Amino acid sequence: MTWAVWAPLLAPLLAVPSARRLADLLPPRAAALLLAATATLLAVLSAGALAMLTTAGLLRLPLIAGLARMSATDMRRSTPVILPIGALAALTLGVAAVALLRTAQRHRVDLLRAADTAERHGGAGDLTVLPDPGADAYALPGLPGRPGRVVVTAGMLRGLNAREREVLLAHERAHLKCRHHILIILTDLASCLDPALRGLRKPLAFHLERWADESAAQTVGDRRLTAQAIGRAALAASAAPALPRPAMALAASTGPVPRRVAALLAAEQPRTQRSSRLRTTRPAAAVAALLTGCVLSSGVCALDAATDLHATIEAAQGALPTREGHGHAHHPVPHGMYPPPQRGAT
Amino acid sequence: MTDAARRPAGELEAEVLAALWAARSPLTPPQVQQSLGGTLARTTVATILARLHGKGAVIRSRAGRAYVYTPAVEDEAALTARRMHTELEKGDDRSGVLARFVSRLTPDDEQVLRGLLARAEEPESRQ
Repeated sequence: MTWAVWAPLLAPLLAVPSARRLADLLPPRAAALLLAATATLLAVLSAGALAMLTTAGLLRLPLIAGLARMSATDMRRSTPVILPIGALAALTLGVAAVALLRTAQRHRVDLLRAADTAERHGGAGDLTVLPDPGADAYALPGLPGRPGRVVVTAGMLRGLNAREREVLLAHERAHLKCRHHILIILTDLASCLDPALRGLRKPLAFHLERWADESAAQTVGDRRLTAQAIGRAALAASAAPALPRPAMALAASTGPVPRRVAALLAAEQPRTQRSSRLRTTRPAAAVAALLTGCVLSSGVCALDAATDLHATIEAAQGALPTREGHGHAHHPVPHGMYPPPQRGAT
Repeated sequence: MTDAARRPAGELEAEVLAALWAARSPLTPPQVQQSLGGTLARTTVATILARLHGKGAVIRSRAGRAYVYTPAVEDEAALTARRMHTELEKGDDRSGVLARFVSRLTPDDEQVLRGLLARAEEPESRQ
């Protein structure tokens, strides 16, 4: 196996910062899709690389090679993957799988619990109101057989005027309609497979909020009103916190809310310089090229490593005289690579 | 003026219910219409209120010659502050899968935000 197998594991180191940089230069919708797609693709590639390292490493053990009916010595000769690396890759893969299942379970529990809460409270249309004096609002994604709902506390509704409430509802409906939770879940699961991708999660959340903000601004037809509604809602929420959040949630250093409000207000002003667009295009193109190169080379390397591993395994299988011919049904081998099956031999 | 006729009934119901919740006291249909910013026709508001009442989402009572409406809360007396709190906590998500309208503000955020809102409210001062 070639050294190409390491590329997918190293790619996130360069791809994550460039994806974040590029997302900041793109409109919210494109940015969110880019971040989620980058996370998903790189996670699949790096999990694939780990699986290949595991396979190559474990097949150096005579016992396991014997089970696969191939020559461990041959594997050792032809791959640079040493056993400890294979074992480490196997361990990493195992830990990632456990993290993946746990995260999926946490999402499930949160969704079911929120759905349960919403179900026990009154509502109309797609709105559920929680009789809580604290200010909070969120989009509860639909589950099979249950449409999505906008959940808002009484405290939040009381903190906003009629038009601002319209913004709030439009914002949450945008989350539901565009199924933003799928992008969140995909990115979360991706960062379980490869923790280096964790850096994409926060920017994704931010760009999803911006996406919903822009969608709400379009629905109500007023950017300044939208900015005001978000700002007032945030101030209401911080004056009357709905629930004690865990300390970790408080630690966000640069708050996303002022940035969202500023983005809505900034775009409201007429574009003063046409050249501002040009000035962002060139860096965007450069970062996009870097990111594309990163992901592409990661993919090509993974493919190369897979082909190579496959060939190595076939060669090692060929090195042993097979006792049973039908053991290789899943490894179609080119003609002449190993002796023909000896059906009658004992 | 929003084109009320072309919007889904569910959205209008949600808006009227939100207005009733936002008010701290029972509202008459004209008051509801007013609190919605006058974007809906009076007859539309009356129809939606009747529909909400039919579904049990609002409570209707007589105040003099008119009907007044309040949102229906199941067993109001039982909803002590403590219980409300736990109700909401059950909807809390540690995984962040529920997209919240606003995240928490740090003290710095709050200051920046107040500045932004103040500037947005007086657009003339920018020129």
